[in-house]
Amino acid sequence: MAILVGSGTKAIVQNITGSQGTFHTKLMLGYGTKIVGGVTPGKGGRQVEGVPVFDTVNEAVSKTGANASIIFVPAPFARDATLEAVSHGLNPIVVITEGIPVRDSMDLMARAKEKGCVIVGPNTPGIITPGECKLGIMPSHLFKRGEVGLASRSGTLTYEIAASLSRASLGQSTCLGLGGDPIVGLSFVDILEMFRKDPETKSVALVGEIGGNAEELAAQYIKETKYPKPVAAYVAGRTAPPGKRMGHAGAIIMGKTGTAESKLEALKAAGVKVALKPGEIATLLSKK
Amino acid sequence: MVKAQVLVAGRGKAGGIKLADTPDDAEKAASAILGSKIKGEKVTTLLVEKKLAIARELYVGLVVDRSAKCYTLLASQVGGVDIEEVAQKTPEKIIKRPLEPGRAFEGFQARELAQSLGYKGTQVVELSAFITELCSMATEYDSELTESNPMVETEAGEFVAADLRMIVDDNSLFRHKPLLEETRDVEHELSPLEVKAREKGLAYVELDGDVGIVGNGAGLVMATLDMIQDYGGRPANFCDVGGGASAQRIADALEVVLGNPKVKALFLNIMGGITRCDEVSKGLLEVREKMGLTKPTVIRLVGTNEEEGRKILQDAGIPSLETMEDAAARAVELAKGAK
Repeated sequence: MAILVGSGTKAIVQNITGSQGTFHTKLMLGYGTKIVGGVTPGKGGRQVEGVPVFDTVNEAVSKTGANASIIFVPAPFARDATLEAVSHGLNPIVVITEGIPVRDSMDLMARAKEKGCVIVGPNTPGIITPGECKLGIMPSHLFKRGEVGLASRSGTLTYEIAASLSRASLGQSTCLGLGGDPIVGLSFVDILEMFRKDPETKSVALVGEIGGNAEELAAQYIKETKYPKPVAAYVAGRTAPPGKRMGHAGAIIMGKTGTAESKLEALKAAGVKVALKPGEIATLLSKK
Repeated sequence: MVKAQVLVAGRGKAGGIKLADTPDDAEKAASAILGSKIKGEKVTTLLVEKKLAIARELYVGLVVDRSAKCYTLLASQVGGVDIEEVAQKTPEKIIKRPLEPGRAFEGFQARELAQSLGYKGTQVVELSAFITELCSMATEYDSELTESNPMVETEAGEFVAADLRMIVDDNSLFRHKPLLEETRDVEHELSPLEVKAREKGLAYVELDGDVGIVGNGAGLVMATLDMIQDYGGRPANFCDVGGGASAQRIADALEVVLGNPKVKALFLNIMGGITRCDEVSKGLLEVREKMGLTKPTVIRLVGTNEEEGRKILQDAGIPSLETMEDAAARAVELAKGAK
């Protein structure tokens, strides 16, 4: 089963004719993902990797029956492209683009909520249900199918932790990057809720970082709902100085909000097993 | 009042605001502040304005609320102090109004807010005009934070923004070209290496330790810094080359990090996803040829094309490690002078 994407996912690639779009279309097809169409306004009628290209999402959806989208559109145009996907009810919509203005993202999330669409990202490596569907840019050989659900605010750390889980024979149900921006579509709480309902997922790994209070809210949710599955977490940025942006737009300690200490304390208090090194997540989840 | 115009908050406490009763006093205050440093920022501009007869100090600010995914307007009768402290100790003294994304904060909402702050009659109208203006300015300029602290109510009952601060979202700068032009020369807060890194498009933050760090991915690099510290070392910087870095980009990053004279050892941590290990190795060799790898170096190289990447390094006589833990421990030893 897993969550959000699987064998029933039929996706379009927005800006399929760009270099990233073309490159990852090839890799996703190679993984077995059903990429049924691409959209680049002005380039309809072509083919990319054997996939038909359309001028609009409307046309792509009506001709291919697509139900999901992955977006590689540059930041200044990403708002428009994502709203196009939202207006046709595609679900989920994975926004790979980095550098989208916060105000655009706030608009997008409000519209997606009205339409009931899930947005993964922006600034995410995407989502993968190993062996079934990869809607993203992650190196797929690191992921193995199994029972751990993984949600992360970072790309490479997702790979790092998925690889160590796979090495420890802990496969994954679904792995996804929430996105490195201050405003993203899914919170840890949203994901915990989905993993709770997914029978295949037996435990959950959360990978957080400094900035905002998504980890604190997750801790509160775990505590209040007496979360039924074991949860392990890692939080990056214990050494990060306040007021400096650490690579991700969202990874910044503002005043007293967003420190790793606050997040780790909250998670521990909620009974979450806390890893101090990324590799420890696998150890914590293999001990029952 | 003579006020330093600097890109940091809390200038008053740091000596950036002085009161002057005569033109002579003002000159003295100005020469004391001009050229001085406020929290590391050199003062090159002053604002001189009339002293206000203050009846009350308020707080009005528009912030990005990450969990509600919208702008939220914060207002309080307790202004002129650290608003976070107020929020923590007496949250009931802060009024919050979320803004619907894509919609303005309307006049009536602002009038209601002014009333909640305890005002009546013409003061409701005057304060609300200021609030709606602050909100529209904040959204027009894609701000992450716009606040007036304090917003002053004078003894005559007028409202004056005695302080106004705005942080603009870096990601929105493509649509604020004029603003970018105006503020081009005020990047005082950046060190020369940070400026160089920015020109090369690298995410680089200088810290005060001696282990230079380069990695791919913000989370991975943060995790690397944490691990260095856990093993008893001190990171000299944060440097993220991002995804899919070319040999050139790796070379640029190494050049910036090695440019810091405090660096005693270098740790290159690569978890190749879309980044290819062979490109990384080529970048490293390029730097070695160009400027010499002057500092002891530890490389951890795994992921896409790792065999090719390792072979390139091996042929060049550079060892590489497989786990982040081993590599971090080794980097700390090297920085402490181990051979």
